[in-house]
Amino acid sequence: MASHEQDDAIAGYDDHRQPPSQSQDLGYDPNFVPDSVKSFVVHLYRHIREKNVYEIHQMYETSFQTLSERLFKDTPWPSVDAVANYVDNDHVFCLLYREMWYRHLYARLTPTLNQRIDSWDNYCSLFQVVLHGVVNMQLPNQWLWDMVDEFVYQFQSFCQYRAKMKNKTEAEIAILRQYDQAWNVYGVLNFLQALVEKSMIIQILEREKEGLERFTDTDGYDYSGGSNVLKVLGYFSMVGLLRVHCLLGDYHTGLKCLLPIDISQQGVYTSVIGSHITTIYHYGFANLMLRRYVEAIREFNKILLYIYKTKQYHQKSTQYEQILKKNEQMYALLAICLSLCPQSRLVDETVNSQLREKYGEKMIRMQRYDDEAFAMYDELFSYACPKFITPSAPSFEEPLINYNQDAYRLQLKLFLYEVKQQQLLSGVRTFLKVYSTISLAKLASYMEVDEANLRTILMTYKHKTHAVDSDGKIVSNADVNFYVDDDMIHVVESKPPKQYGDYFLRQIVKLEGVINEIDGIKLE
Amino acid sequence: MGGPKQQQQQQQQQVGYAEQLVAVNRYNPDILPDLENHVNEQVSSQTYSLDANLCLLRLYQFEPERMSSQIVARILVKALMAMPAPDFSLCLFLIPERVQMEEQFKTLIVLSHYLETGRFRQFWDEAGKSRHIVEAVPGFEQAIQGYAIHVLSLTYQRVPRSVLAEAINIEGLALDKFLEHQVANSGWIIEKGHGKGQLIVIPKNEFNDPASKRNAADSVPLEQITRIFPILG
Repeated sequence: MASHEQDDAIAGYDDHRQPPSQSQDLGYDPNFVPDSVKSFVVHLYRHIREKNVYEIHQMYETSFQTLSERLFKDTPWPSVDAVANYVDNDHVFCLLYREMWYRHLYARLTPTLNQRIDSWDNYCSLFQVVLHGVVNMQLPNQWLWDMVDEFVYQFQSFCQYRAKMKNKTEAEIAILRQYDQAWNVYGVLNFLQALVEKSMIIQILEREKEGLERFTDTDGYDYSGGSNVLKVLGYFSMVGLLRVHCLLGDYHTGLKCLLPIDISQQGVYTSVIGSHITTIYHYGFANLMLRRYVEAIREFNKILLYIYKTKQYHQKSTQYEQILKKNEQMYALLAICLSLCPQSRLVDETVNSQLREKYGEKMIRMQRYDDEAFAMYDELFSYACPKFITPSAPSFEEPLINYNQDAYRLQLKLFLYEVKQQQLLSGVRTFLKVYSTISLAKLASYMEVDEANLRTILMTYKHKTHAVDSDGKIVSNADVNFYVDDDMIHVVESKPPKQYGDYFLRQIVKLEGVINEIDGIKLE
Repeated sequence: MGGPKQQQQQQQQQVGYAEQLVAVNRYNPDILPDLENHVNEQVSSQTYSLDANLCLLRLYQFEPERMSSQIVARILVKALMAMPAPDFSLCLFLIPERVQMEEQFKTLIVLSHYLETGRFRQFWDEAGKSRHIVEAVPGFEQAIQGYAIHVLSLTYQRVPRSVLAEAINIEGLALDKFLEHQVANSGWIIEKGHGKGQLIVIPKNEFNDPASKRNAADSVPLEQITRIFPILG
């Protein structure tokens, strides 16, 4: 996750940052290169040439941040032209330097339109170099992930920026017209797709399953002298495609793009915390929108538990705030899923108690399905959803209007529509939980509807709790099960089958450990 | 008579062609006309390709000025026919709100709402009023009847004839004939109800008889077993 992603998500879609400010050129000399920066680029360049991934990672993660914090808190780094001398004018290194340069700029300042376009050009050059296979570097996964993540972020940011037409100056509009290929949605998608295809990553993952190739167990690194850059960029681009499709509201295609990655297992996507969280957040959100609540609950539960257990190790990371933010958003999404599909037995005790602490009260109110409940669904969705975008270019005709909220409003509206269709289901649940059999007539009178109406409610319950999975199979998400026989409802208590298997296996492993320990004891 | 078979083969080839097109050129605006033709083919040949249709809606989303309302309407009718899959919502997620305000789309959204909430009587009434939209797509009625039967068989073990009749919008002799067919092909049984007309017994499945699934659940996933591999070795 780029450290600045979604910093203004709560407030809807308004960008609270200052309009392109002058602060970045006040007292900033792009040609002045402090000694510490000189030494930074010289060393980074050397480590890259020597394929010293460990040192590259150190410099990228630590030195770059420290220097940014100390010298470039609110100015950009020195221009690439000023440092090129120290790195033999190396073309690829300069592209990498620029990529970091823009990323730092986006995080700390407000990019101007020209800077946005230049950054796009830089990504084009960088990815083209990678796609043509002329790089032989070995870069840390963290860095490669950040590239894909930042690329998608800047695309999203550009769409939001462009959609706010109202305050655009004539000069800006002229530039937008002239450079209509910059951050064009086809270009963005085709770069990600090209990285996936050129890297052959899908085939690599396939071959790996048959034991013919190694990728996951080396974390994507190449220890036989090759480069990991294209392969790993291709791999992360699948996550990038999932995210772009979610931003467009195309959840089905998004999930399809992720299919080659088996998220039930550890993989290269879990080797970088930002990638792990981004993957699961979008995967869960897409499943929520597809009404596959159980699947969403299961994955949110896993990652929330993981974050809970490991977040202390990320406290010093620049991404810590982002981790916490996504953590909160996923709790909100989990609260939505569990309100629509009350399957708390799928949720770990730790996660559950966190959830109750954060959203317990709201979740009780969401069960009521009155106006206040809808307001809660609205609030949680708006807080936790991705920053949807309108990908098409604006109309440059007068009057210029803002359309940056359109995409978000459509997704929200359709989501709330779904909630409304399910509003009578929680009433059915309440009654079915306390009966083993009940006649339609009796339940109808309790629910204050007529019998014909009750039949439709029962069918709605069945339809909404039975999702179609990715293979087209019907899967039950039902928490309470029942069937109707003529005019009698029979409730089937769904005791979760006790999982003895897991328990026994744990005990076997434990016993083995004890025996080993005993074996190790030397008796006098 | 090699006619029908040949035709079928041809259809499959065409479907295959469109799917290949999408697989290779997913983000290429040039395939838009081909995808539009493909929608019409799906309508006339009673086939369906969600991926190709989503791809087309996506291209419309990227270039709204190229959008054809007629094609979008056809895609939406086809998506209704794919229920219980959530295809209709998947399409709506990609169609701008101002387009959804058009009269024909409003009607389709109402129809989808009735299907989503099991209100078949209202659905058939409304569909009857909008014949021009739904009759343009062959197989519409049968597809919705298929969905109705799907929901009924999730819900009922024995369903009153009148409830079935309402859900699939078939009555009298036609219903007798339909039932005859279901008895012969899908294991339905017709029982005499006690004074209130027939009861239809729908074969048990794991959803209208959740108990039938319970026994199957006692297995140990491989990932758990892998933990003791080292010990076994």
